[in-house]
Amino acid sequence: MARMVLAQSRMEARLMLRNGEQLLLAIVIPVIVLVGGVVAADRIGIDLDGHRAVDILTPGVLALAVMSTSFTSVAIATGFERRYGVIKLLGSSPLPRSGLLLGKILALLNVVVLQLVVLVAVGLALGWEPTLAHPLRTLVGLVLAVALGTAAFAALGLFVAGVLRAEATLALANLVYLLLMAGGGVVLPTSTYGAASSLIQWLPSGALGEAMREALVHATVDGRSLLVLVAWAALGTVLTARTFRWE
Amino acid sequence: MPPSPAVEIDGLVMTYGDKVAVDGLSLEVPRGSITAVLGPNGAGKTTTLETCEGYRVAQRGSVRVLGLDPQRDRAALLPRIGVMLQAGGAWSGVRASEMLEHMASLHARPLDTVMLGERLGLGDCGRTPYRRLSGGQKQRLGLAIALVGRPELVFVDEPTAGMDPQARRTTWELLEEIRVDGVTVVLTTHHMDEAEHLADRLHIIDRGRVIVSGTPAELTRDGRSATIRLVVNRPFPEGAPESLRAELGPAAEVRQLDEVSMLIHGPADSTTLGRVSRWCEEHDVLPQTLNLGQRTLEDVFLELTGRALAS
Repeated sequence: MARMVLAQSRMEARLMLRNGEQLLLAIVIPVIVLVGGVVAADRIGIDLDGHRAVDILTPGVLALAVMSTSFTSVAIATGFERRYGVIKLLGSSPLPRSGLLLGKILALLNVVVLQLVVLVAVGLALGWEPTLAHPLRTLVGLVLAVALGTAAFAALGLFVAGVLRAEATLALANLVYLLLMAGGGVVLPTSTYGAASSLIQWLPSGALGEAMREALVHATVDGRSLLVLVAWAALGTVLTARTFRWE
Repeated sequence: MPPSPAVEIDGLVMTYGDKVAVDGLSLEVPRGSITAVLGPNGAGKTTTLETCEGYRVAQRGSVRVLGLDPQRDRAALLPRIGVMLQAGGAWSGVRASEMLEHMASLHARPLDTVMLGERLGLGDCGRTPYRRLSGGQKQRLGLAIALVGRPELVFVDEPTAGMDPQARRTTWELLEEIRVDGVTVVLTTHHMDEAEHLADRLHIIDRGRVIVSGTPAELTRDGRSATIRLVVNRPFPEGAPESLRAELGPAAEVRQLDEVSMLIHGPADSTTLGRVSRWCEEHDVLPQTLNLGQRTLEDVFLELTGRALAS
């Protein structure tokens, strides 16, 4: 079983990285947002919440990268796997459904880690200085945020892919990504959204963005945001389990 | 205790909404044989196969595959069977050889993928992405995937659809080869020649039921009718088809092909042949060819259902 799951995850990760659109979503757009945001903020000379723009934007872009791969890429890839009969064919192989899901999660984590490495490097090159006030708390907060954010968005992505046609999934997954990137509290702190912030912090995007910023800017583990992510992960899992159609 | 048959279906009923796809179908597939399930599109072939493969739950009746329940014993069954889907099954960006190797890696004791690929003529398209493969190449890859895990039983749905004659022949040879190794093959097809050439046993199904089962020879022999081809030495006289029809009686059909040849479809017995030669004598023509053609499965299907088997 472990051997099959590893083979499946290697295959999926390879295909994800080979696909140009997915790579655009995973690396290119977050890098553009980060570099563009930092350069623009420097030009205008603003800072965010009393912090340098790069220190606020880098955690936000890391959250964006997690969201793009876990939600949009997973939804699109799975939607087309259903359409092309890949899931059906795998269903006739000795790889059980649980193994397929596990392989998907591993592939996803693989790609997320790769994204984070690239984006952290870009952030550091731009002068990012994550807080070193309490490295252990920062690390715990970061790992929990990435893991729970991945779980929440992947569950929601699978839900979308499991009920809609591949084309509809493609359209919806991209639309939701754009909307959340612009107004979901991922890249910019929810507090910058004014009156809407009380709503946005309950979105998975806002919760993930806040948890990342709390960990990397303030060296705190943001319990409330992490619980919001747990709730979204649970909701997505239940919905997916109830509605997913393999074909 | 003798080993259980490879497949045992008893009274299978499958409906989609108010459409009955499979309507009390029963059949048995002995081990080590090639069994063809033959029928027109929409006859219930794919639904039946997918129930055996564990994709669908039997609504009524029972299905056992290698003595196991395809649903309950799924984990034990899947390593022992191979499945070739009617279409698709691969990521669009995956290379042919990569896909085959991946499916091999999901099995405990796979075949050598390089040799299998070469045997199926996939050698020259190994690095081609799946979406750029031709229809025939996709079929061959699908077949390779079904075989790579050394299955005891393979289900192949329309294995040669979209293949050129050369590729078709190679595929037939391969299926015959794996039968020699003791692998049981269940294939669906709506090509008569494929069933006649390959199958040890065949089941003709229509509207969700088996309408006749047997070996190709059994089904085409001892028929109620035969096709007789008559060619004579000089042009038939005026009104020849009508007078021959009158001689043979209402059970026969006569069709003139050209001025010296006719096709007669009628009871396959010596009386018919005797009457044809007497008619020739009376009309002063000499038969040069008087062939009693064997019935084809096409004829069998037409007789049983009154409809042509569309292909």
